[in-house]
Amino acid sequence: MVGGPALARGTSMADGLLLSMRGIDKRFAGIPALTDASLEVEPGEVHALIGQNGAGKSTMIKVLTGYHRRDDGDVAFDGKPFEVSSPQQAQAGGISTIYQEINLVPLRSVTENICLGRETRRMGLLDWRAMHAEAERLLGRFRVKVDVRRPLMDFSTATQQMVAIARAIGFSARLVIMDEPTSSLDEQEVAVLFNVIRQLRADGVSVIFVSHKLDELYEVCDRVTIMRDGRTVRTARMTEISKLELVSQMLGRDVAKTEGQTTSFSRPAQASDGEVVLEGRSLAAGQSVHDVSFRLRRGEIASFAGLLGAGRTETARLIFGADHPRAGGLSLDGKGFTPAHPRDAIAAGFGFVSEDRKLEGIVPEMSVAENMTLALLPRISRNGVVDEKRQREVVNHFIKELGIKCSGPGQRIRELSGGNQQKVLLARWLAMDPKLLILDEPTRGIDVGAKGEIQRLIRSLADSGLTVLMISSELEEVAEGADRVFVLREGRTVAEFAGDEISEDRILAAMAQGHITHEDPTR
Amino acid sequence: MTVNAPGRRLDSFDVLEFLARYGTLIALGLLIVFNIVFTRNFATLQTLNVNLTQVCTIVIVATGMTLVIATGGIDLSVGSIMAISGALAPLIFLSPVFGDNIALGVAIAMVAAISAATLCGLFNGWLVAQFRIQPIVATLVLFIAGRGIAQAMTNSNLQVFRVPEFQWIGLGRPFGLPVQVLLMVTLVVVTAWLLRRSRFGRSVLATGGNERAAELAGIAVKRTKLAVYAISGFCAGIAGLVVIAINSASDANLVGLGMELDAIAAVAVGGTLLVGGRATIMGTLTGALTIQLVRYTLLANGVPDAAAMIVKAAIIAVAVWLQQQRRV
Repeated sequence: MVGGPALARGTSMADGLLLSMRGIDKRFAGIPALTDASLEVEPGEVHALIGQNGAGKSTMIKVLTGYHRRDDGDVAFDGKPFEVSSPQQAQAGGISTIYQEINLVPLRSVTENICLGRETRRMGLLDWRAMHAEAERLLGRFRVKVDVRRPLMDFSTATQQMVAIARAIGFSARLVIMDEPTSSLDEQEVAVLFNVIRQLRADGVSVIFVSHKLDELYEVCDRVTIMRDGRTVRTARMTEISKLELVSQMLGRDVAKTEGQTTSFSRPAQASDGEVVLEGRSLAAGQSVHDVSFRLRRGEIASFAGLLGAGRTETARLIFGADHPRAGGLSLDGKGFTPAHPRDAIAAGFGFVSEDRKLEGIVPEMSVAENMTLALLPRISRNGVVDEKRQREVVNHFIKELGIKCSGPGQRIRELSGGNQQKVLLARWLAMDPKLLILDEPTRGIDVGAKGEIQRLIRSLADSGLTVLMISSELEEVAEGADRVFVLREGRTVAEFAGDEISEDRILAAMAQGHITHEDPTR
Repeated sequence: MTVNAPGRRLDSFDVLEFLARYGTLIALGLLIVFNIVFTRNFATLQTLNVNLTQVCTIVIVATGMTLVIATGGIDLSVGSIMAISGALAPLIFLSPVFGDNIALGVAIAMVAAISAATLCGLFNGWLVAQFRIQPIVATLVLFIAGRGIAQAMTNSNLQVFRVPEFQWIGLGRPFGLPVQVLLMVTLVVVTAWLLRRSRFGRSVLATGGNERAAELAGIAVKRTKLAVYAISGFCAGIAGLVVIAINSASDANLVGLGMELDAIAAVAVGGTLLVGGRATIMGTLTGALTIQLVRYTLLANGVPDAAAMIVKAAIIAVAVWLQQQRRV
């Protein structure tokens, strides 16, 4: 490569890379979201970007498209430094993003959506004929034939996605970012989308493909970048990395390494044989639960393990009556159980600590006491009047028992730390003296100390006869904490392990491959 | 989360917090002091009565509105519901069916009018809870249709009457206190108690504070919403009767006109969070009294009504701004 100003700025030209992001740092309010992260995309390749929740994928993409300003690091696109301060500028520069929620205008025609922002004019007026032709030409490249004059909302999600892609190409994008593009598509639509992606590749356009569905990555991607805790942990050709390696890198578990205890869980050596409390048979619901079966036993910590989007939370919501299955069924103590509303599940003795404390757990404006007794209200009120004395007794008991740090029962819950909020939510259900407690990511976003306390608490609850269903993305929490593990993969139960059968290797293998056999050389 | 802010910042935050909490009360106090000093004949029973009578209907409606807003909703239809209630009652007690038994006619009229108003509220709640229609749109239906219904019932005729048995609700003075003031105080006290001590009050605040969390904790979110809109309708029904009783006439075009905005303003100035989850009935009362007194002060001192409206708007803006500071 010949010298010149480009030389001064990195070596991306020499590598023949389309995109090179190096040493990217980004902090939000002092908390690092990205640390020395990197991402390199070659021309005409489909590049997978994967990682767990909070691994930094979205932040990375938002830094690239100018939505966030990076604190440090270099970005080069097409050999030149790439400095944009908004997604619009990024689009003009050749990088288009297609979001999960498609950002088009549903009421306007297909043509308008494709040509919005770069209309063809003739003598000051819009040249509709030329624009329709352009829209048809762009869509035709993906063998999509629709009436481009009709409003966009008349078409399926898949077609709308094609329109979004056609729009991106129309802006002469050289790099298209697709954020979980298949999450709302059915199998056939996915196949069509993949053809489009291959067509883009053939035309020399690169694609960054964000997805949690492993099979898809292997079907359509050339290379993969794996992120974890805000860092890039590995970049590899898809042909050089097995599913198992991929998943273990993503979760940060070294398969070969012998394990030491990293959580505060302890498990009895023998799996208990308590009676089955709740059974789920071939549950199916929505786009993410297809065939989930399980049996939860008394006094046991059972766990749903799986990648993001495997259908764990969705299944928990079915059990709790917050959503309803389209097929399959539940039985409670051997009898059919069809909760229509969380109230039915609560009446049956269930409790549910949901994954997102802020969104579905706490009522921020209410006090610690009011939050804690929210589910208990019917039992501590007489003739519709809350018995303040009983409430005080219950609340003081649990504040002491769980070691909740607050200035008093009257303090607003939003002023508490994450760990203490979580304890209040646990107390909300423990006060109900439940039979089954569903804990969705019980230790997410909680400091190490509180984490250990909560893990020990969960164990002691199970030991005293409570049935616990724990969902966790932290593999060691599942492997060390659960008495029984159901592995979910793309909406299906693919494996069940109990007692000493439980190991991180086995869970990983089942999550990655969908069957239990160890390292399959053919993958 | 604990914030280790330097002292000065903390102080200024406290001032805002203090103003947000007690600002309205302080303003009310200042207004009273100002008037005692500058307005002639202010410290008289008559002035008190005038102000209380004028503010009564607003407070009654705003009490129901506070509950609706506490669930994160809003009720634009209260004025129209007042018109329906105000149109229906005279139709009944003026009807010849009751002949000389006017007491029975008045009793039936009141019950029917308030029931109709409550049903209207239930309809609002049904739209909001069952079909998840945005409250501002759902209640817009009756805001528009309600006044039409009231006009259709009366053929847009002015109903004039002289029925002391009925007008007692607006003009009666047991123990020297206007009936509607007693009504207002009762409603305020009962609702404040409900909000603070009852299971229903908790459901209201939980629904407004975090609907999804409330649902997952087994709170009957739908029923709670139905109830608050029904209560709002009920309050509007009573207010409609009070207004026509005072006027000795019912005009479907005018009863409750603009009431929704006065009520919302009172709630907002009183310190209830407009997004739901935190509510104070006493605040609403203070808010309504403050707005009323500002208007009275300006009018009594020769400022025209048009200017008074602008001042009213400014007060609302300041109150809402103060609230937002507190939210941070």
